[in-house]
Amino acid sequence: MTAQSTDIATYNFAYLDEQTKRMIRRAILKGIAIPGYQVPFASREMPMPYGWGTGGVQVTASIIGPDDVLKVIDQGADDTTNAVSIRAFFKKVANVAVTTETAKATIIQTRHRIPEHPLTAGQVLVYQVPIPEPLRFLEPRETETRKMHALEEYGLMHVKLYEDIAKHGRIATTYAYPVKVEGRYVMDPSPTPKFDNPKMHRSPALQLFGAGREKRIYAVPPFTDVVSLDFEDHPFEIQTFDQPCALCGAENVYLDEVILDDHGGHMFVCSDTDYCEKRREEGHRGHLAPETDLASEKLEPAQ
Amino acid sequence: MTDEPLLRVSALSKFYGSRVGCDNVSFDLWPGEVLAVVGESGSGKTTLLNCLSTRLLPSSGTASYRMRDGQFRELYRMSEAERRFLMRTDWGFVHQNPADGLRMTVSAGANVGERLMAVGDRHYGKIRATAVDWLSRVEIEQDRIDDEPRAFSGGMRQRLQIARNLVTGPRLVFMDEPTGGLDVSVQARLLDLLRGLVTDLGLAAIVVTHDLAVARLLSQRMMVMKDGRVVESGLTDRVLDDPRAPYTQLLVSSILQV
Repeated sequence: MTAQSTDIATYNFAYLDEQTKRMIRRAILKGIAIPGYQVPFASREMPMPYGWGTGGVQVTASIIGPDDVLKVIDQGADDTTNAVSIRAFFKKVANVAVTTETAKATIIQTRHRIPEHPLTAGQVLVYQVPIPEPLRFLEPRETETRKMHALEEYGLMHVKLYEDIAKHGRIATTYAYPVKVEGRYVMDPSPTPKFDNPKMHRSPALQLFGAGREKRIYAVPPFTDVVSLDFEDHPFEIQTFDQPCALCGAENVYLDEVILDDHGGHMFVCSDTDYCEKRREEGHRGHLAPETDLASEKLEPAQ
Repeated sequence: MTDEPLLRVSALSKFYGSRVGCDNVSFDLWPGEVLAVVGESGSGKTTLLNCLSTRLLPSSGTASYRMRDGQFRELYRMSEAERRFLMRTDWGFVHQNPADGLRMTVSAGANVGERLMAVGDRHYGKIRATAVDWLSRVEIEQDRIDDEPRAFSGGMRQRLQIARNLVTGPRLVFMDEPTGGLDVSVQARLLDLLRGLVTDLGLAAIVVTHDLAVARLLSQRMMVMKDGRVVESGLTDRVLDDPRAPYTQLLVSSILQV
């Protein structure tokens, strides 16, 4: 390839070489064809440590095109180190447009949240997954867990839920809550709060999961059944919050606890920063929202 | 009673390279019958048991099992999925070391309930009620249901393992030295319990043991193995009271008298 005068001359488009992208796309296609099945792939070294989203970055790099608009969130927030760095990375190596607005993005790479704003057909949600195997902490042997998936032996998954009820009186698993995809594979939805599990069910958006260290890719195609496991007498429930968001007053959203001082002061605010800002722009106010408009001291939008 | 055996074993052999595991073993096992396999260490008892329970594949020979629908199925021709299903529904396997047969990091209740959940039981209350029932049947106090087996004594672990295996109402149970490593009074209670359960439930069982007293108490029939071959078989009382093969005579006369 001849040297170009652009900033991205030293990289192939989207950092990965074309052969690697083809390999990852094949894994993605296989994942889509077998919803919930973990497809092994030859994960590459990325210019970031394992655990920082190497799997998600490789998936995003393989599917992103020059016309895409990228949004990156970390626990719902657009402004944390991980999200800012990954957004800057793709801005540099793929020269794509970036956004913090859920509705405007075509690809949303996420660490552990699904945006509150409903996703639409044509959008792709890319999850960063630390441990893709839902049975891992119950059965350490990979040979055995693969066999259990192959033979659909999922009794063990319910043993974990049974233990929860026996110990805590209810299913105490609050994140990485196991789901069954299209009535076949049991899947780890990555450590998203179980609050987000219902959003995966028959979502119009394509959901891709990349685990870089564990070298696995899996997928949930649009409009696929995703059912959270439970017992007949202890049905699946999502978290509920006693109070609305302290800044925007939103209800029925996932809230983060923010410590305000060292005297026990705290508030609950939307974990989805974009959603919260949008609501405040529309004039919604929570009980701790400042009188003046927050927009001026709002966190730096993505460059 | 049916006049057909539950398990038919014919010319079963297992070789580890040139070494013999078990050689040319044939027998039939009838429903409700307890067969003891005795012999010294290295005589091939455990190899035979592992082959029968399909944990090992034999080098040659066949074994067919009469399924619940009355049809005989050749064990080594079944798919792995079918064999594993059989393993956790119609069969049980009691290991010598309970840690091999239990999940040591989940509670006793979940250990008993696992098989139920594996076959599709999805009602917590019912699973728990069954677990409570089974714990009492193996003489474990109800308030230990949420304790991990790590906190149990050796005898309790073994009883828990038995409960875990019997909860799905199996018809055939394999036992590998079920009383090994337990002190004599605990052994006696466990044997008593096993004998009761086997009679009540009409279980068929194959018990591997080096302890002739265990064989005498539990089994109706026994096979004596040496160097991978069956040297003598017959009714337990007959073999123990009137041993014919020289090796059996040696074995019987080696029992220490108190």
